[in-house]
Amino acid sequence: MHPIPKTAPDWQKAVFNVLKAGGVNQIAYVPDAGHSHVIRSAIADPDIIDVVLTTEEEGVAVCSGAWLGGQRAVLLMQSSGVGNCVNMFSLLQAADFPFFTLVTMRGEYAEFNPWQNPMGQATQAALELMGIQVLRVNKPEEVQEIVSAGFDAAFEAGAKVAVLLGQELIGRKKWERN
Amino acid sequence: MNQKQLTQRADRRELVAQLIAATPEALIVTGLGSAAYDVFASGDRDKNYYLWGAMGGATSLGLGLALAQPDKPVLVITGDGEQLMGIGSLATIAAKQPKNLTIVVLDNGHFGETGMQQSHSSLGTDLVAVAKGFGIADAFSVDSTAASAEIAQGVNARQGTRFVQVFIEANEPERALPPRDGPYIKNRFRAALGLKPF
Repeated sequence: MHPIPKTAPDWQKAVFNVLKAGGVNQIAYVPDAGHSHVIRSAIADPDIIDVVLTTEEEGVAVCSGAWLGGQRAVLLMQSSGVGNCVNMFSLLQAADFPFFTLVTMRGEYAEFNPWQNPMGQATQAALELMGIQVLRVNKPEEVQEIVSAGFDAAFEAGAKVAVLLGQELIGRKKWERN
Repeated sequence: MNQKQLTQRADRRELVAQLIAATPEALIVTGLGSAAYDVFASGDRDKNYYLWGAMGGATSLGLGLALAQPDKPVLVITGDGEQLMGIGSLATIAAKQPKNLTIVVLDNGHFGETGMQQSHSSLGTDLVAVAKGFGIADAFSVDSTAASAEIAQGVNARQGTRFVQVFIEANEPERALPPRDGPYIKNRFRAALGLKPF
């Protein structure tokens, strides 16, 4: 079991607190640094099953299966993963499943790696093309409210919602190892 | 075992019918296409969830369901092409090892729905070796209709994740089309589990 570092940013703690308070039972993910606190917390929480995925579209189906079985599940991924999900998003529309995903953004703010730009800059449009409502957070103090608003729309009204966690929130990626 | 060494194959419709008859409590998820037709042809059930798209998603959907309903047997019935498209999901499932999940791949070595083009499983891929390599230790193949009894025993026992490759004839039984109305089958399935709408 990995200890939860005390250094996790408050906004990441706010994300997990929304999921926990909302009764989430499954957290499916392809990891990203911006999700690290939520992933560690899920692994440590006996009431939450963490599901590490080989590719993000698996998570769309895992979350739908969880709802079919009476549980709330959420998908964590990086913006590049949205592109992997596109056809699997059909499942959400065709069967009208609630859906909530948190997407950490790359390719939009002080991006060092040009390979992140094409998908990062198409992420919101790709989600909207597939009928998913997009909310965005750029400021740490907005995280709790906006994540909570998206979560409630999904599980209280059956909406399909993505909250984009802006790259500005996550900060510049350090490329030199200390 | 590979496709070329086979001397006999299971009858898909009969094997699926026998399997479902012997697993009355199972929550069944089907991949799209022929596997869905086989399951529907054996009799519609409220606890069947038929996919008509989302190719590659059947086993992942089964995983989310199995984790949510650990006291009920979950049975995924899909085809070789559908499983191959979501092949990484077997690694994801192996990482969780849900005891109540059985995956049955009806393998004719072909993409039946699109004109019977050969699939990877008749071009060299050994799906049992793949499943074992991903970490599903209880993985095996069968080639007879009578094997339905052994598969059903595992479904009902809920003693571990199991992957069964069923070698079937590459024929095309008459289509039996399940409902295509996704919200209807979702709500019917949830109601059968006693779950209420939001």
